This record gives sequence, C-alpha cells and structure tokens, in this order.
Amino acid sequence: MKLRPLYFLISGVALFLSLYSIFVWGFKPSIDFTGGTVVEYQFAGPTTPELLKTILSIKAKEYGGKDIVALGDQNIQIKFPPAFSQEKAEVLSLDMAESFSEKPNIVRFETVGPAFSQEILNKTYIAIGIASIGILLWVAFQFKSIKFGVSAILAMLHDSVILSGTFAILGHYKGVEIDILFVTAMLTVLSFSVHDTIVVYDRIRESTKRFGDIPFLLLANKAVSETMVRSVNNSLTIIFMLFALFLMGGASIKWFVFALLVGTVSGTYSSPFVAVPLLVIWEELRGWWKTHRG
Amino acid sequence: MIRTSSQRLLVILFLALISLFISLPRKLPIKIHYQDFSFEKNLDFPGINFQYGNFALVRNLELKLGLDLAGGSHFVFEADMSKVSPQDYDAAIEGTRATIERRVNLFGVSESVVQTSKVGNLYRINVDLPGIKDTQKAIELIGETAKLEFKELKGLPSESATEGAMPFQTVDTDLTGADLTRSRVEFDPQTGKPVVGIQFNSEGARKFQEITKRNIGSPLAIVIDGQIITAPTVQQEISGGNAVITGNFTLEEARQLSIQLNSGALPVPVKIIEQRTVEASLGAEAVRKSILAGLVGLGMVIFFMVTYYGRLGFLASMGLLIYGAITIALYKLIPVVLTLPGVAGLILSIGMAVDSNILIFERMKEELRAGKPWMDAMEAGFGRAWDSIRDANIATLLTVFILLNPLNFDFLHTSGSVRGFAITLGLGILISLFTGIFVTRTLMRVFARKE
Repeated sequence: MKLRPLYFLISGVALFLSLYSIFVWGFKPSIDFTGGTVVEYQFAGPTTPELLKTILSIKAKEYGGKDIVALGDQNIQIKFPPAFSQEKAEVLSLDMAESFSEKPNIVRFETVGPAFSQEILNKTYIAIGIASIGILLWVAFQFKSIKFGVSAILAMLHDSVILSGTFAILGHYKGVEIDILFVTAMLTVLSFSVHDTIVVYDRIRESTKRFGDIPFLLLANKAVSETMVRSVNNSLTIIFMLFALFLMGGASIKWFVFALLVGTVSGTYSSPFVAVPLLVIWEELRGWWKTHRG
Repeated sequence: MIRTSSQRLLVILFLALISLFISLPRKLPIKIHYQDFSFEKNLDFPGINFQYGNFALVRNLELKLGLDLAGGSHFVFEADMSKVSPQDYDAAIEGTRATIERRVNLFGVSESVVQTSKVGNLYRINVDLPGIKDTQKAIELIGETAKLEFKELKGLPSESATEGAMPFQTVDTDLTGADLTRSRVEFDPQTGKPVVGIQFNSEGARKFQEITKRNIGSPLAIVIDGQIITAPTVQQEISGGNAVITGNFTLEEARQLSIQLNSGALPVPVKIIEQRTVEASLGAEAVRKSILAGLVGLGMVIFFMVTYYGRLGFLASMGLLIYGAITIALYKLIPVVLTLPGVAGLILSIGMAVDSNILIFERMKEELRAGKPWMDAMEAGFGRAWDSIRDANIATLLTVFILLNPLNFDFLHTSGSVRGFAITLGLGILISLFTGIFVTRTLMRVFARKE
C-alpha cells in the first residue's frame, strides 16, 4: 500500500485515455444494435483487400453498402441497410463476378430489423442493470458493510470504463464493432473481477478478526501480498486459454475473446490495486473524521 | 455413506472412463501403419436407447453443433396482427406456425425447429434450419402469404377477358387454405396416373361437403393469389374431407400443384425481423480452429501447473483432463447445443476450473509454512478454501443466470449466441466445482499417502 500513488496514477492514466476515447470517438455499434444487414463474401483465390475496397466502394454503394472490411485473405464483409435482402446479395455477387472474373460465395448473411435492434438494445441495458445490482447486493450481503460494497462498485466501474475505452479505441482505429457478445463479455468480466475482489476482502476480514488492533493499512497490505500469488496464477491460466483462442480460434468470436482477455487482466489488477487502496482511503478518511470531530 | 479414499478413487475412475467413452466421436476410424504392419478399422460406438415402461432415454451421443458451427439459418418472423381480432391471436399465430412448419418440412431439413414466441404484444415465429443450402428459396417459400381460396364458377367464359384475369365470374366460398390440412401426390389405382389428394380439417370438410353438394357437375376453382391454378369438375358430393383432383397431370405438374396447395394460406402475413445464415464451410473452419486453440491452451495450462506446483500440479492436471471428459460427455447427454461463443465459454471455464485448485494449493502452502504436517495442511487447505471458492463462483453464476434467461423473461435476451455462452460457462463452473474439490482431493489423498 506504500505505492498507492503509483497505482492511482496507472489507473488514472488508463481511465483518462478510456474516457477520452469514449467521448471523442464513441463506439461502433454492430447491426445488433443499429439494425442493418451484413454479408460476408468469400473468394476462391486470395484477394488484395485494398483493391477490393476501392472497387467495392463504388459498386456496393449502389446498394447502399458501406463499411467494407477484409476478414482473412479471402473474405470480405460489407454492411448494408436493413432492407438489403439475400436476393440482392446474390445480385451483387454476380456483379462482382463481372469485375473480378470469379463469383464470390455468400458464406454469411445476417440481417436485423430496426425495431428488433432497438429491442435488443433495451434488453442489453436491462441485463447490465440487473447484473450490476445483483452483484452489488451480493457483495453487500457478504460483507455487511458499506465500505466494502462501495469500493467494490468503484473497482467494477473502473474495469467497465477501461474495457469500454479499449473498444472505443479499437473501433476508431480498426473498425471493431460492439455487439451483444461484447456486452456478454463485459458482464462476465465484471463478475470475475468481483470474484477476485471477494477473495482479497475475505482475507482482510479474516485478518481484522484475528489482529484487530493492528492498523488497517498493514492488514490490507498483508492481505494483498497473501492473495497476490493465487490471484495472478489464476488469471494466468485463464489468460493462457483465452490467448490461444484469440490467436487461433474462429474469426467471429475473435474480439469477444479479446474483450474477455482485457477484462480479465484489468479485473485482476483492480482487485488489489484499486479496490483495496480505496478501502484503505475510506478507513483513513473515517479515522480522520473521527479525530477531527473531537 | 462412508467411503474410503480408495473407493472414491474407483468411483472417479469409473466416471472418467464412462465420460471418455461418451466423449469419443461415435465413428472413430483407426489407422495404424508401421513398416509392413497395417491396421485399419472403423469403430462404431452405439448411442443410448433405453426404455422402461413409460420412461425412455434415447440419445445418439453425437455432439450437437449450433447453426454457426454446423451451418444453417436462423430466422425470426414477426406476425402482422392488424387484421385479426384479439381473441383470435393465439389461433392465428398457431395456424401460421403450423403452416410454416409444413412448408419447412418440404425442404426435408432434419431437426428443423419452428416455434412461436411472444414479446410484449408482438407475436413471433422462430425458425431454425440446420444445414440448409438454399436460404433464398427457403425465405421465399416460408415467408410468402400465398392466399389459397376455393371459388365457385358461375356463368360461361367471357370472350373479352384479358390475359391472366379471371375469365369467369366467381363466387367466393368460405373454404380457404387454412382449412386444408394436407395435399400430396397419389396415383390413381385404376389408371396409374398421378393425381393430387387433398385433405381438409373437420371444419373444412363440412364446408367442402356443402360446396360439392351445390356444384355437382360444375368446376370448382382453386385460386392462389388471385390466379386460378386449376378448376376440376366436382363429380359428387364429398363428405369426410378427403378428395382427389384428377386431370391429365404429369408427375411434375402433380407435384407442383401439391406443393402450391400445401403452401396454402398463412393466416397472417409475416416479415423477417432477424436472420442469421452461416455456410457450413465457415462453421467447419471455426470448429477446427477452436479445437486446436483449446488443445494448445490446455497444454499451456498443464505445463504451467506442473512447473509451478510440481506433483500437486500434475494431480490437478489429471483432474482437469477428467473435467474435460465429463464436460463433453454431459454436452452429449443433456444434450447441449454447442455454438461458437459456447466454445469460448467452455475454454474460459477450463481456465477457471483450475482456480479452485490454485486456491487450495496456496492455502496449503500457508498451512505448511505454519508448520502443520502434510495431511493436516491439505485438509485445512481444502476446508478454508471452500468458502472462498463458493462465494466467488456465486457472483459468476448470477451473471450466467441473467445471460441464460432460462425462464424466458421478456425483458432479457433470448439470443442463441448469448445463451450458448452462458450455458457452457455455467455448466463448466458447476462441473469444475465438482472435479476441483472431489476429484483432486481424492487423488491427492490416495497418491499423497504413498509419500
């Protein structure tokens, strides 16, 4: 806990960058939230993405296509407004056959109506709301004291902002989109972060019972160092699995897995280096308040 | 029941072997080539077919892959109820569902799913078509509100009728496609020629009887979307709702007519509000990559555990492998439909499964440092770690519950991807609680005694 200023500095910088990205660049929502159609075409031979992008921006524009992205070296993905039907996708494919002397296959076609996407968005907000409240109630119930609850909330908030900020940056520079799976990752990561925080809090509570007269700062320090190894090892195993999946796994869950990765790292960091220092500050403020009231 | 550790070990081994057996693919080709020696055999493992009285358990023990891994289409149609009165809503949506299901079956898609769902006061139909190739045709056939009517003809053909328009004067009857239960191609027993057999429901049979009674000797027009498809002459009054349409049909013409009659009338019009189609090749690639990633990740975790925790790490890794076998066996038994996010959930839960072991090992180290003998340290480690493990996993299980939405709440997601992830993660956590504590502890007790 001696290095508290350092931890707050690191968090502060991360938070600042995240908030900046969120407010300046915003997110790139997928069709799950905006409605629309997404078509993935696969060519038989390797394609030069640059060439494709330029030509397609002319052809696909006729159909209202935008946001052309290359996936792998044979596939491209184009976004269209919701009314773009599968029929039209076929027609475009034939169109492309003329320009590229090979007809690409439609390997994926997804469409979400605008009203439905609004519904998905609402359900997402509700899910986030219920999950957050549920977790908070659980922590409060577990520790029967506000200070644990509040610092846990703040640590969770810290993790959400950093994860969101990361994806705002990715959205801006790499066109990575936010979809339902991203929200799923966020909620999973929050619960994992709370999991981690509870382990440390458990330790603090145990120590407080056993050595009540020792200053809180030292107890907190002790708890953090005791649980550190376990926390890091646990995260390492999860990170190994996720990292393998990120590098080698299927394309459509790639960024979902990345969100889980980022969240795991930040969740592991936030328990000892955000949640606990906040707790310590709370105690110090309380002590200061007591002595100055006289 | 008091069991000794050795007995528990036997139970675990038994479970592990059964799980392993269930986990293996049902068709396993074995090829061994070594210099001159060559052995090839295709192993065929059976599924489960167990019946006892009214209770039946049938499982083919193949891993069920979701649409994004096996390829196929998922549609959500929303029904337009504007022309239906509220008390008829349920009947209308059910009739629509049944008609769509009939149309879907024409495609011969195995394991298709056609279900209704209601969100607020919006009525929906969810259609899953695994492995379908021609999605465009499916949409056309399924979504169209072909209006099938039966009309009586009055008068003679009008000379000045225009092409395609109704050349006859028709009188609407109240018999429509909604009354038709089925139509199919049959062969006239006497002439051997193809004919089209039609069957009405009880309400339709009654109406049909009246109409045929009224029109003996006259043509009865069968009209689809305002076009007369065929107008066979009524030979006699027909009761019972079964009739046969004869004409000089070729087999192909008979088939076409039958299909058109089957497509019938959708009681209410529907429109697509969501569609996800993935081609099988894309899905298969994803499967391959995921298996590879899973194995590599598993390898890294085992390497780490053995390196850092030594012999204990090895035991924990054994527990982990048993965990893997049990998990996949359960996927096949329940069965759980595996989607790509589901695979992510599985892999994540493998990473988390080791957590309980790590918690216990770290606690044990503390106890050992405090000077306790090995066995006591182990037991104490397990005991005190359990509280932490339980508390910590509850938070994740809560989130999983919300994502899974098992009670189908309106206000929460019902998306296949999200649920696929939640179910594998949730199941993974529960199984890992079992293996982490029961299996690893037993392994440790048995093998550690030999220290």
